[in-house]
Amino acid sequence: MPRRNDITKILVIGSGPIVIGQSAEFDYSGTQACKALRAEGYEVVLVNSNPATIMTDPELADRTYVEPLTREYLEHIIQLEVEMMHGAGKFALLPTVGGQTALNLAVDLADAGILDKYNVELIGAKLDAIKKAEDRLLFKDAMTRIGLDMPHSALVNNIRDGLEFASKIGFPVVIRPSFTLGGSGGGIAYNREELMEILARGLDLSPVHECLIEESVLGWKEYELEVVRDLADNVIIICSIENMDPMGVHTGDSITVAPAQTLTDREYQAMRDAAIRVIREIGVETGGSNVQFAVNPATGRMTVIEMNPRVSRSSALASKATGFPIAKIAAKLAVGYTLDEIPNDITRMTPACFEPTIDYVVVKIPKWQFEKFPGADENLGPQMKSVGEVMAMGRTFKEALMKALRSLETGKRVGAEVLEPRRLTQRLVTPQPERINYIRFAFRRGMSVREVARMTSMDPWFLYQIKEITDALGVLADTPMENVSPELLRKAKRMGISDERLADIWAMPGADGVAQVRKLRHQHGLRPVFKLVDTCAAEFESKTPYLYSTYDEEDEAAPTSKRKVIILGSGPNRIGQGIEFDYCCCHAAFALKDAGYETIMVNCNPETVSTDYDTSDRLYFEPLTLEDVLAVYEHEASSGAEIGMIVQFGGQTPLNLALRLKAAGVPILGTSPESIDLAEDRKRFGKLIEELNIPQPPGAMATSVEEALAGAERIGYPVLVRPSYVLGGRAMVIAYDAEAISRYMKEAVEYSQERPVLIDHFLEDAVEVDVDALCDANDVVIAGIMQHIEEAGIHSGDSSCVLPPVDLSPSVIATLRDYTKKLARALNVIGLVNLQFAIQRDKVYVIEVNPRASRTVPYVSKATGVPLAKIASLLMAGSRLRDLLPQQVASGSDLETGTHYFVKSPVFPWNKFPGVDTVLGPEMKSTGEVMGVADNFGEAFAKAQLAAGLRLPLHGTVFFSVNDRDKVQLVPLVRQYVELGFQIVATEGTANILERDGIVVERVFKVKEGRPNIVDLIKGERINLIINTPHGQDTFFDEKAIRRAAVQQRIPTITTIAAARAAAEGIQALQREQITVYALQHLHQRSMSVER
Amino acid sequence: MQAILALEDGRIFRGEGYGAKGECYGEVVFNTSLTGYQEIFTDPSYAGQIVVLTNPQIGNYGTNTADNEAIRPFIEGLVTREFSPISSNWRSEQVADEYLERFNIPVISEIDTRALVRHLRTHGVMRGVISTIESDVAKLVAKARAIRKMDGTDLASVVTTKARYEWDNEAHSELLLAGEVAAPHPDLHVVAYDYGIKHNIMRMLAQQGCRVTVVPAQTSAEDVLELKPDGIFLSNGPGDPEPVTYAHDNIRRLAGRKPIFGICLGHQLIGLALGGKTYKLKFGHHGGNHPVKCTDTGKVEITAHNHNFAVDPDSLKESEVDLTHVDLNDNTLEGLRHKSMPLFSVQYHPEASPGPHDSHYLFKDFRRMMEGWKR
Repeated sequence: MPRRNDITKILVIGSGPIVIGQSAEFDYSGTQACKALRAEGYEVVLVNSNPATIMTDPELADRTYVEPLTREYLEHIIQLEVEMMHGAGKFALLPTVGGQTALNLAVDLADAGILDKYNVELIGAKLDAIKKAEDRLLFKDAMTRIGLDMPHSALVNNIRDGLEFASKIGFPVVIRPSFTLGGSGGGIAYNREELMEILARGLDLSPVHECLIEESVLGWKEYELEVVRDLADNVIIICSIENMDPMGVHTGDSITVAPAQTLTDREYQAMRDAAIRVIREIGVETGGSNVQFAVNPATGRMTVIEMNPRVSRSSALASKATGFPIAKIAAKLAVGYTLDEIPNDITRMTPACFEPTIDYVVVKIPKWQFEKFPGADENLGPQMKSVGEVMAMGRTFKEALMKALRSLETGKRVGAEVLEPRRLTQRLVTPQPERINYIRFAFRRGMSVREVARMTSMDPWFLYQIKEITDALGVLADTPMENVSPELLRKAKRMGISDERLADIWAMPGADGVAQVRKLRHQHGLRPVFKLVDTCAAEFESKTPYLYSTYDEEDEAAPTSKRKVIILGSGPNRIGQGIEFDYCCCHAAFALKDAGYETIMVNCNPETVSTDYDTSDRLYFEPLTLEDVLAVYEHEASSGAEIGMIVQFGGQTPLNLALRLKAAGVPILGTSPESIDLAEDRKRFGKLIEELNIPQPPGAMATSVEEALAGAERIGYPVLVRPSYVLGGRAMVIAYDAEAISRYMKEAVEYSQERPVLIDHFLEDAVEVDVDALCDANDVVIAGIMQHIEEAGIHSGDSSCVLPPVDLSPSVIATLRDYTKKLARALNVIGLVNLQFAIQRDKVYVIEVNPRASRTVPYVSKATGVPLAKIASLLMAGSRLRDLLPQQVASGSDLETGTHYFVKSPVFPWNKFPGVDTVLGPEMKSTGEVMGVADNFGEAFAKAQLAAGLRLPLHGTVFFSVNDRDKVQLVPLVRQYVELGFQIVATEGTANILERDGIVVERVFKVKEGRPNIVDLIKGERINLIINTPHGQDTFFDEKAIRRAAVQQRIPTITTIAAARAAAEGIQALQREQITVYALQHLHQRSMSVER
Repeated sequence: MQAILALEDGRIFRGEGYGAKGECYGEVVFNTSLTGYQEIFTDPSYAGQIVVLTNPQIGNYGTNTADNEAIRPFIEGLVTREFSPISSNWRSEQVADEYLERFNIPVISEIDTRALVRHLRTHGVMRGVISTIESDVAKLVAKARAIRKMDGTDLASVVTTKARYEWDNEAHSELLLAGEVAAPHPDLHVVAYDYGIKHNIMRMLAQQGCRVTVVPAQTSAEDVLELKPDGIFLSNGPGDPEPVTYAHDNIRRLAGRKPIFGICLGHQLIGLALGGKTYKLKFGHHGGNHPVKCTDTGKVEITAHNHNFAVDPDSLKESEVDLTHVDLNDNTLEGLRHKSMPLFSVQYHPEASPGPHDSHYLFKDFRRMMEGWKR
């Protein structure tokens, strides 16, 4: 069937901010879908609140709305778009590429009659199919109809029914709340008490107040098949995935392997047949779905677990694992094509209607960050907790596993895993992030495969592979490096063992040790070869250079002699280093490709756009370690071509390699690694800014408790303390007294002579500002000055901010611009630089300078309509700012945001970590961000809050508690809220002031004062908005309690007067029921034409 | 144990030996299936061939009696990237390594199988030797060159059953999965020519309510008709279809007198019997992921393939046949049906095993054809 010509316009809904369970994979799938639909000539309209995505780049759609993903905003956009069509053609909605968010929203729009009202057709999956797949009861009925087995289960909406059913089927039971992301709120209960606790939470989190109680299939083998169907009912399986962690651990938290390794053909085909029957019965018309199965390892009994009627995290993984672009194909199928009409991109000669076969093994390992959330339950279960993942390919499972492990960047030295021998059994039985290390430890201690299998329920085949690696390492450890035969070394490398690990077991520390292993390896002629991912196990010739390294015989990816640029990606998603950096890497690839370079991407994150084989000319799916990156470089450089490497776009990951890469002879483009190092070196940087006469908060360094206390005394409390060389502000605290310092030094941090603890005076009550700028070592253009809306002391990644700044004085702005230009030039920045400032009583202090792309680059690019990362990459390749931004260079002006305000707000994973302290501080905790746009600050702020999941109230009660400094501004602010119709609640001090000015206030106790106190009111749903500016240490406890209660009740909390004013304006806009939406393409028509 | 694979063009691969100690000779072909190595080992169509598996991890789930496609392995030798010394599966009865050793089949592992596949893809299938006992590569290459070529060789008569027998569907049934049982009261009788027949074909026929009598390849048409079959099945098998002239004659004599269904070699023999020609593919089709379009319905089936030869569709222009199936990868003819006589055949393997079950419907078609003919 050919392309549908009746459809003219297609609405694509994105997945919103990055959260646990919904990450960059939906940027990848959404980007693919938008590209595919536009290539087919459709008008594409995109809605996504996440500005950090590639998919929201103005080039990818005809109109891009960075707006809240709510029914109201979507209806407004649909209405506008329908009006623009003037009745010509059909408007369709593709709901299957934006994760659960898009699917739920589409269902909501359909149920509310909005799709019917505007005659919008759902394509990809119809409403009935979505409901059948998502509603557990309907799904179970459907499975029964087609004769497929499922675990026994019942839906309950109260605790009593849950307890009754559980006692019938016996504990343990699994609790799965209906319609939540990534299994939020789910769990496994082994007894009645646990069931009551988990069920209560699950019912609360479920939007329909419903949970499934299910027979436990804990310990069963877990599989997933990726299925694609077209309108002609052709069905193909793209990939089988086997979880090494058995049932009981969420797939997103499992180590998974493709293809399935331990199924006979008989069993695999039975599963394939079942998956096909499932997609047909559910009625997903076109596109990708995944079906999960559990298999009893003792009897082979196979049960269906669930299916997702949309592309998913697993389909992104399957696409990267096989080279079959599921989302792209799904988009084409949704508009009428059949699989046999679409060519296979990789071979170009054969059709997409086939099942990929692979001749390598793929391993995915999740990345967790429990260290960010002290007190969080680290046990892995049915609710996903990982923040990112890595994938690796090797010719064997062993090679792929070892490559994946070193891709994780745990920050720990190889071989330095902290193991607790006494807890070995517990650590094997109870899944936690470190389990893989305990398995290796168990084998080192002589445990058998059978014993470990019994404790972990993992398939013995996987465990045997791990044992082989452990045994090989044992042999190597017993063989001094001088005596190692080439054969033994080759065997180790073929198992994926890194040079670093070899250096470790031979007790050769540091970079030198690794270099010696490398030298020995080269002496024996042991270098990796590169092989192609080709969807067909070499049966047909492949035209697409999608590569992975392996220690095998034949290299099949000879480098070209074109001039080329290697771009290092950012590795696994994590807090502090997310999709924003992938955005920058992709832009570098796009810009340099246009400029005539061959672009080469190196990355190991399967969720991203950068690891789409379409993004750059060559893709190396490789760990971002020195060994692996140098192998790629040496391979590419072997043609003698002109070559350079970009390290400033991938966040901290490539920067950490920069100096060593340079030392190894790799030409680094842009700002020199020495400059990057200087900016991170406190002493040298301190000297530089002293020379430039730029103020910095006084600081000290300490390697002992005594030094720390003396330092803090000298520079004055409060102080910010943190370890040197950190990512995303890990392990930072603000200390108000000596006791806090002592505690921190004793408990919270590791330090040494080389890695001292850093202590800075903390500028209380300051306004913080982020500046992004472009520099070519000569000219500087300021791209954006972002004013933080949150109180100072909160990590910039966790703070809402606004572009342009709303209340900085002209003199402050002039100073900021002056310092930015001085510093960019002094550091010889070529490319991007990010600076953080604090402004206290109109005095500007520089906090830090990062001569690299920052988290805010995509946001600023979207606000200004100028693609910063593209310009930066051209600068690194030798272009000049005066040619790229001639107007700004000539007039000395900054990039502009036009007449609109752009507010960025963070999104936090609190609901995944119940009980964790939700107080914000200098350590970043947010997983993602959203943007709100409007022609006034208030509305932009309200939209950003809404997009982040916090709805500002239209009426009700506001709780005020402000510090003494802010009391000057209190009265007019409160009046604003009174005029908007709000009741006011305040604690004593604040209430006294308000009453003096004749404002009616309800008084409430502080937590320590008595009850009912403010926390009781919050829990009693009496409060609709909290405005609480920090009082310093005195009420620290109150603030913590208030904030935790607010997060639980989902009540917006505002911590600065500026934000409180913005919120009032926003509420006013919301009260007018005025919904405004903006397409980026319209906002920037002017600046885009300047760009050209 | 060191092992060497030597190809007739002089290319040498050195690896680790598994399975049996010794030497084996054959045409080297590659199979891209991800699952089903045991079915491949025991498929008689692989007689005379050394099989390279592109899936790098082989042996993981061991072997069991139910997954055999014949009573013993028929491959001459096996080439893998990694061969598991252990097995892990609830149905496993023997480690794959021990299984092949028991049947005296050498294995070479730890070689760059992808490089070998690319070599075969570029230069076509060629003869080769696996040896764990000879280290002189020149001698091995000479041995490879001395192997009888597949073209022009009738291997069906070598692998076929010596005597007629009835298929017992209940053997090893405890290791089969649900849905693989025979229909309770068989009401049709199929006589199957064994040119190298796979067990799963007979199992599929039994599921369609057929009693299956298996006869040797050279059984005459008259002897077959004497068994009073409701339909005649022409099986898959190894070697070149052209020299199997006795089969061409028998098929011509049977055509139109009883419903006939042919698979793989059976399909090629029908093509030749109807006056068509066959030719050898450069590196054949061996795998479980080939898209085949059914011209009747326009639908695409994902199919299992194992053939080095194919029927030339142009050679059938004059014949009274419809071309019913075509491979979308390279347009190879994959199925035909006679316009007037009850006769159809496919080049690929609807019985799968290993491979997808998309084409099981052909066995139902055969049943319907027999029912129609009976009336």
